[in-house]
Amino acid sequence: MSRARTLDVEVAEDRRSESMMINMGPQHPSTHGVLRLVLELDGEEVISCAPVIGYLHRAKEKVGETFSWHKFIPYTDRLDYLAPLSNNVAYALACEKLMAVDCPPRAQAIRVICHELSRISAHLLGLGAYAMDLGAMTIFLWTFREREQIYSLIERICGARFTTSYTRIGGVERDLPEDFWPKCQAFVNEFPGRVDEYEALLSRNKIWVKRTQGIGVITKEQALQFGLTGPNLRGSGIEYDVRKANPYLGYENYEFEVPIGTEGDCYDRYLCRLFEMRESAKILQQVIDTIPDGPILNRDGDEALKTVLPEKEKVLTNMEALIHQFMVGTESIHAPVGEVYFGCENPKGELGFYLRSKGGLEADRLRIRGPSFANLQILEELTPGHSIADIMALLGSIDFVMGECDR
Amino acid sequence: MNEFFAEYPLVFTMATTLAKIVLFTHIGLILAAYMPWVERKVSAWMQDRVGPNRVGYAGLGQPIADALKFIFKEDPVPGHVDKVLFTLAPALTVIPAILVLAVVPFAPAVSLFGQTAQMAIADLSVGILFVFAFSSLAVYGITLAGWASNSKYPLIGGVRSAAQMVSYELCLGLSVVGVFMAAQTLRLTDIVELQVDGYWNMFTQPIGFLVFVIAAFAETNRLPFDLPEAETELVAGYHTEYGSMKFAMFFAGEYMAMFVFSCLVAVLFMGGWDVPFMSNESFAALGNWGAALGFVAFLTKVLLFLFFYVWVRFTIPRFKFDQLMHLGWKVLIPLSLLNILWAGLWNMPS
Repeated sequence: MSRARTLDVEVAEDRRSESMMINMGPQHPSTHGVLRLVLELDGEEVISCAPVIGYLHRAKEKVGETFSWHKFIPYTDRLDYLAPLSNNVAYALACEKLMAVDCPPRAQAIRVICHELSRISAHLLGLGAYAMDLGAMTIFLWTFREREQIYSLIERICGARFTTSYTRIGGVERDLPEDFWPKCQAFVNEFPGRVDEYEALLSRNKIWVKRTQGIGVITKEQALQFGLTGPNLRGSGIEYDVRKANPYLGYENYEFEVPIGTEGDCYDRYLCRLFEMRESAKILQQVIDTIPDGPILNRDGDEALKTVLPEKEKVLTNMEALIHQFMVGTESIHAPVGEVYFGCENPKGELGFYLRSKGGLEADRLRIRGPSFANLQILEELTPGHSIADIMALLGSIDFVMGECDR
Repeated sequence: MNEFFAEYPLVFTMATTLAKIVLFTHIGLILAAYMPWVERKVSAWMQDRVGPNRVGYAGLGQPIADALKFIFKEDPVPGHVDKVLFTLAPALTVIPAILVLAVVPFAPAVSLFGQTAQMAIADLSVGILFVFAFSSLAVYGITLAGWASNSKYPLIGGVRSAAQMVSYELCLGLSVVGVFMAAQTLRLTDIVELQVDGYWNMFTQPIGFLVFVIAAFAETNRLPFDLPEAETELVAGYHTEYGSMKFAMFFAGEYMAMFVFSCLVAVLFMGGWDVPFMSNESFAALGNWGAALGFVAFLTKVLLFLFFYVWVRFTIPRFKFDQLMHLGWKVLIPLSLLNILWAGLWNMPS
């Protein structure tokens, strides 16, 4: 809003009389979700843009203060609703950091699968919507073909396709079924060819290139100032990926590259996402090859006893286990006093959870750093001088999710 | 009968003209109604989907169901519009498109009862001029719709369409100059007959063909030139405020225009009813069977070009407004001028 106000002053009087205010969203076909842009137009050119957010505000952070640690997991599904598994993982990791619980190696590998599958799925939708906004509709439905495969895999992982709630503090809810592996392998084998198909339609398409190259250039400085993360930051040429900079879940053991853009325009962000999808498929392959056997929930040690439900077998035979089952099940987990921040490399950027605990059953303060929120801030700065049609390229290339922005 | 018509040729002309009007407009209207179905099926095929398959066999009843729905819907006119122009605009997009059909020759001449009938409703000696006179009226429909809606998104759509269609009208006109330089006539039947005996114009004037095809896409507001209604930018562009049958008229107008331009491409550049290795004599030798063969050949070309329309729509992204203008004025117009030069050299009397 502030930018729009200052621009009001900057624009010369005679020009302002000709300008037109136009309201784009929250029910506009290409503001994906409920973003609203108040645009000031001079013909086709945008003079100023004021994004209005909050139409999907559900007070998630406040909810986090009233629900016990475990009960908040389903709420994380609805943050970035294009990558619910990834949000589950990020929240579980933050809780584990607070409670000093380890996650067994097999569960870690499964979480990597969750992370990368949802990254591919989210990037696919981002790419599809981006292309559709610029008029290339076929890509959108092609990406849905692959997303259908991914959702089937996610269904095998946790039974649900969309609202996964899969992770638990100290591990994951259940082990992967046997038939998951051949299906996942088939997907990994097939996927690079599919990306080639998208590239064949877009990467050297003259119209696509003209619509995206040199449009919405984000400089390195701007990217840092506005706190961009994820592909938007890397598209501007800054090498920052949480998986590399601050490895978690054993990402240091997997070989993958992080793509870096050179120009910071819409085309670079598009290329970055394509490249990331290919790398994610490579990571999936490595996990399939190297996943260790073992437990999927950490049930060792005193801390773990208080946070994780014991095995059913033990509950029926062991008095201690029965007590813990009762305690964890009815009263939930007592977290230690402390505060932590944990950031994960989610598809849209760094999804961080800041948890403050005064000890007790729920968070004293739960704050979510949604990457889409930070990424959207730059719209006000970028849009002036572009045409209405460029706004679609910009929105598509920034690839936001309002569920996570408004929270 | 033969003697009767020999005595009163005017009755024959009137009867055949009426029959042709009914036949050809219905071919156009039915194709325009079924084009959305074709488009949905073809796009579904390209996108790994099924497409419409609920109403009737393979969804063939869909266009009828859609039409019924449009007719029985409430026809709201928003309070803030200019009522006269708002109502007039949809009609202005459909009628010119249908009128252009009047000069399109669908097949070689047919002989009936000892008389010959040209297979164009009106075989005007100024055929091409008639086409341009009426196809350029279509811009009024869209621009007026945008203006009369008195609302912001339609206004942008209307302004875009005015600029776009006027610019591309120019390319369209210039690209055809070469054709009638070669034919030395404006009568569409003669242009086809010349191509039947000689080469198709798309081979002798490839540049003109290319420019005409591109301009045809722009004139019918189809992707990559669908800026006036660009859904992801302008919600629905010029027809945002329209509903019910008025919206259906725009819809029908667009598909009708596609059909008309496909006919024109076939007539002007793809030899009309010509079949490779056939000459005017061999068509005449086959008599009315030759006319039937020509009709089938013509419709095949039209359908192929309609398929091409759909194919392009689901393959490439949309242009931006400045790129569109750049392409029109700085690329296509010089190219069509070049084509005129080329046509002049090609047809120079030796």
